[in-house]
Amino acid sequence: MGSYILKRLVSAIPVLLGITVIVFLIMAMIPGDPATAILGSYATPENVEKINRDLGLDKPLVQRYFIWLGNMLTGDFGRSFSLNRPVLDEVLERFNATLILAGTSFVLCAVLGVLAGVVSAARQYGLADKLITFVVLIGISVPAFFLGMMMILLFAVNLRWLPVSGMYAIYGGGDLADLLRHLVMPALALAAVATGVVARLSRSAMLEVLRQDYIRTARAKGVPERRVIMGHALRVAMVSIIPVLGIQAGFVLSGAVYIEIVFQWPGVGRMLVDAILTRDILLVQGGVVFVAACYVLFNIAVDVAQSLLDPRIKT
Amino acid sequence: MTVALKVEDLSKTFALKKPLFGAAPPGVRAVRPMSVEVQRGETLGIVGESGCGKSTLARMLVGLLEPSTGRIEIAGKALDNADPAAFGRLIQYVFQDPISSLNPRKTIRQIMEAPLRLLYGMNREARDKRIAEIFDSVNLRHEFLHRYPHEFSGGQAQRIGIARALAAAPEIIVLDEPVSALDVSVQAQVLNLLGRLREEFDLTYLFISHDLAVVEAVSDRVVVLYFGSVVEVGNAKTIFNSPRHPYTRLLAESAPVVGRPLTAPEQKGTELPDPLNPPPGCAFAGRCPKATDICRREDPALRRMGEDQFAACHHPIEA
Amino acid sequence: MSAFLKLLFRNRLAAMGAVVLGAILLLVLVTPLLPLPDPNVTDTSQRFLRPFEAAGHLLGTDHLGRDLLARLLYGTRLSLAVGFAAAVIAAFFGSAIGIVAGYFGRRTDNIIMRGVDMLMAFPYILLALAIVAALGPGLLNALIAVAAVNIPFFARNIRGITVGLAAREFVDAAKLSGKGHLRIILTEVLPNVLPVIVIAMSTTVGWMILETAGLSFLGLGSQPPVADLGSMLGEARAALITAPHTSVVPGLMIFLIVMSINLLGDGVRDALDPRLKSGALSRPRSMTRVDRKGPVREAAQKGLLDLQALETQFHVGARVYRAVGGVDLHVKKGECLGIIGESGSGKSVTALSVMGLVASPPGVITAGAVRYDGHDLLSSGYREMRQRRGENVAYIFQDPLATLHPLYKVEDQLAEAIQSHHRVSDGEARERSLELLRAVRIPNPESRLKNYPHEMSGGMRQRVGIAMALANDPDVIIADEPTTALDVTVQAQILALLDDLRRERGLAIVFITHDFGVVAQLCDRVAVMYAGRIVEEGPTKAVLDAPAHPYTKRLIACVPELGGGQRELAAIPGLPPSVDDLPPGCAFAPRCHKARDACAQGEIPLDGTPPRAVRCLYPEEAV
Repeated sequence: MGSYILKRLVSAIPVLLGITVIVFLIMAMIPGDPATAILGSYATPENVEKINRDLGLDKPLVQRYFIWLGNMLTGDFGRSFSLNRPVLDEVLERFNATLILAGTSFVLCAVLGVLAGVVSAARQYGLADKLITFVVLIGISVPAFFLGMMMILLFAVNLRWLPVSGMYAIYGGGDLADLLRHLVMPALALAAVATGVVARLSRSAMLEVLRQDYIRTARAKGVPERRVIMGHALRVAMVSIIPVLGIQAGFVLSGAVYIEIVFQWPGVGRMLVDAILTRDILLVQGGVVFVAACYVLFNIAVDVAQSLLDPRIKT
Repeated sequence: MTVALKVEDLSKTFALKKPLFGAAPPGVRAVRPMSVEVQRGETLGIVGESGCGKSTLARMLVGLLEPSTGRIEIAGKALDNADPAAFGRLIQYVFQDPISSLNPRKTIRQIMEAPLRLLYGMNREARDKRIAEIFDSVNLRHEFLHRYPHEFSGGQAQRIGIARALAAAPEIIVLDEPVSALDVSVQAQVLNLLGRLREEFDLTYLFISHDLAVVEAVSDRVVVLYFGSVVEVGNAKTIFNSPRHPYTRLLAESAPVVGRPLTAPEQKGTELPDPLNPPPGCAFAGRCPKATDICRREDPALRRMGEDQFAACHHPIEA
Repeated sequence: MSAFLKLLFRNRLAAMGAVVLGAILLLVLVTPLLPLPDPNVTDTSQRFLRPFEAAGHLLGTDHLGRDLLARLLYGTRLSLAVGFAAAVIAAFFGSAIGIVAGYFGRRTDNIIMRGVDMLMAFPYILLALAIVAALGPGLLNALIAVAAVNIPFFARNIRGITVGLAAREFVDAAKLSGKGHLRIILTEVLPNVLPVIVIAMSTTVGWMILETAGLSFLGLGSQPPVADLGSMLGEARAALITAPHTSVVPGLMIFLIVMSINLLGDGVRDALDPRLKSGALSRPRSMTRVDRKGPVREAAQKGLLDLQALETQFHVGARVYRAVGGVDLHVKKGECLGIIGESGSGKSVTALSVMGLVASPPGVITAGAVRYDGHDLLSSGYREMRQRRGENVAYIFQDPLATLHPLYKVEDQLAEAIQSHHRVSDGEARERSLELLRAVRIPNPESRLKNYPHEMSGGMRQRVGIAMALANDPDVIIADEPTTALDVTVQAQILALLDDLRRERGLAIVFITHDFGVVAQLCDRVAVMYAGRIVEEGPTKAVLDAPAHPYTKRLIACVPELGGGQRELAAIPGLPPSVDDLPPGCAFAPRCHKARDACAQGEIPLDGTPPRAVRCLYPEEAV
């Protein structure tokens, strides 16, 4: 097992390098020069040249890439001009908030989705199945940002159960209970689509597995039906559900961008959108690479979980 | 008699994935170097159990798989690049699973026309005429041409597969377990048809099967494969009655036969050799009642034993 | 095509989706013709009018006093166009990449899929944001970004399908027909992949509309004053609390569009997926449905297990397949009964019906009884059936790789069989498992306990299957073609083992097979099945030496025997009838050389002097 984890980590190195290359190339395509964007109306030729030199933009592309990469490896992601602080500091602080939000939503979507899928499959064409299918259909059809806005209207404005936005109350908040109160709506809104997708997939994976010969064997042995479904069938279904959970984690992270904006959540997604609109390239680059790298590591964890579940995967 | 097919030192080793650290493993030797000759008009039966390399051999013979070593000569011409289109006019293949060998989204006519158009460049009129002739030969009704593969039973689909092979007008047809997916009552129909077609079109067959009785019923000569090697070659009439290789005898005695009491010819719970880690010497030594030290050390060569029988064994069964 | 549409609209939800989507499409197509105000003309004096508040502004106005209805319809136009365009672009490039990678395999595949994996290593929005950041905000750039991030999903999906297709035999056959790679891809692979592409597209169009709306919502898509649905929502957000209708209107529209597309997409998928067509994706229930019309008559107990006039059918759509059409059988303690027949004769369904294991739906037991020790199992319900499964009657199935659970160790599978019926400790269950492996003569049983099925050979797996059947010392074992998937040398070992076990333990065995040799060697009595019914029955030797039914006789003649030399083989012309369209009278009559008019009329009874019986008016032998 240890060697398998090591192997997966080593194989992630080219993926991580690839990510930096892709991000760097995309950013290098940006027309116009960032110096003008930074300086705005102060863009005299001397100033532009100075900025270009400071940022290393006068060097050839390949060299610039390696300088950027080398700096990142030593923890220097550059400085955000719009916030006037190191990119890494900002990203780490923001990512923490995103992790709380996206992590909660991911756990919600994994647990609720799989559960709903299993119940749906076990009661195929029954009332529970129809109900779940209907709710799931709505869940995957409604845009997360719209759902969030409607939740604000209903639960915060009309019913006044929950705070409208933010991560902590401005006055007197800051404890866990306060965080949880702020977390409920964004986490649910963010989890809705992913839960729907996971539930659908779990249902069809379970239906597929329940038709297999070894399920018949289990029944022929006299294994109780509950165990046939929750043990024999779910275990095999998880083999195809887990990779989708990995992909859904990416969708949850993606959806977090919208949710963070709707709920004023101080996360990395909102930071990125602001950075794009202000053309703060180093912040965009740093943020994208950092989050993507975390996602790659997460997917390695998913693969390891998969190999623990399925002995047929060579470790 | 002329030689229809000549194979020399043909072998196939499947490379294994190189691990992250260390050298690549030696690979799986699916077919060890083997040489076989088939005479024109002959049916050569190839028998063996799963994993003996019979399908790998067949795929190499028709050019679907590039051999690792060796050469293939058909009618005196060497074919050494694995290009099925070059092979197509000389040698054709009939697949084990008749339904899956027909594209589900094509009509039978489209399937039949491809070889005529692409291998022979026939125009529409010539194609129609040829298809009609072939369909008559294999007893298929002409209205089948407009149908799709899923509308046919296994036996009919297999006859379509045979008709497609015939359309290429090859000299040799490789039949890879052509009846093992069929019921016995249908199996006999297909086997008899194959026998008749061989006469009618002057064909040479390589008939691959795991069923000894079927192979005996259709073959002139038989090659027995074990673990990628030829262990015995001989006349179909005699090879199973007087086998020289202990494996051939084991095979012949294992088939359940009406009127013979049930005895396991092999009581030990023996396993096939591990292809990833093949034992030295004779691959059968681990299961062989006659095995001695030399068997576990040296790979026996194929030696002549009797008039037209060859066996690769250090301790052959006395005739 | 028309069959497809019929299938599609039989699905009521899909039809509903189609109607809603159709209405929306129609509406946006005629939008330029409608008498609407210019969607981009501002009039700040008319800000935030509520719906139906002012004439001329049916849905009210937004923060700049623009007519919401006009903006909604034009925005919908834009959103739909961009979403569809993104889907088409992504599907085209993604499928092309996937097909090339999947068809050529090896290096090509490796390199392409590495690149695809690289793109999928990004949470998709990061990539989209990066692309928009590089190209600058704008609807066209958002379209490019959304299409680009979806290409890897298509590529991966289509590659998987193509890999499977490229390994299929018809591709090999096409190569031998002289087709080159390009031709094979276009004429052999593509027609089979196309439905999958359509399915993938129809299920992702909705998603892509959501994504482009999302980018516009963030202000990165369509730029003012032009609005799509996403940017309408984005602009309305600031006034969410004071003028919620400006958010609700475009939000509901997105929801309606995406939901109708999803409904339609699911319908398309179901209509195109052949597995769903036959209703095969139904979950088999824990026990076959029993739906007997009328009571079962009492009958004297003949053996330990008695089947009495058993009928099992498959109900698929309007068709009824009479797989088992009234079968009477019995097996006594310590006896081995063979059931022989060709594929489709109903022998396996008969065997599975005994313990209610026929997949249901579509299987239904419609008549008859299964009596274990005189007690009808079919009237007892699931709870009792479960207690008897494995405990009284155990099964051995055909392909041990498919019938053993792939993710459980041998030890756990054996222990579970025991613990499902008896309260024993884990240690004790393990001890029993070890004994069972010894009983089926598995070498090194201790180490084998820790193996997974895929780590064993076929013969070893089937021994485990047998061990599992023996776990609770059942009285009856039903073996459904247990050696068909095995090599002959292994088959001989397994048959010998079964024979030994049966004598040691006094087991009753019902042995299903298509092989006369196996029956002759193992079974005391044999029943021959054809088209769902028993046509002949009797002691094995008597039936094989002097078959009474013409079918039995000719079937035996078809089997080539070793030692017969090169020869013409006997064959039976024609095919067995389909069990959803059985001829009246004897089902074999159309293929029988002895058939006369009487054979095709009325029910022919299974008759004879016990222990022999034959269902034939003109039998080969009087029995």
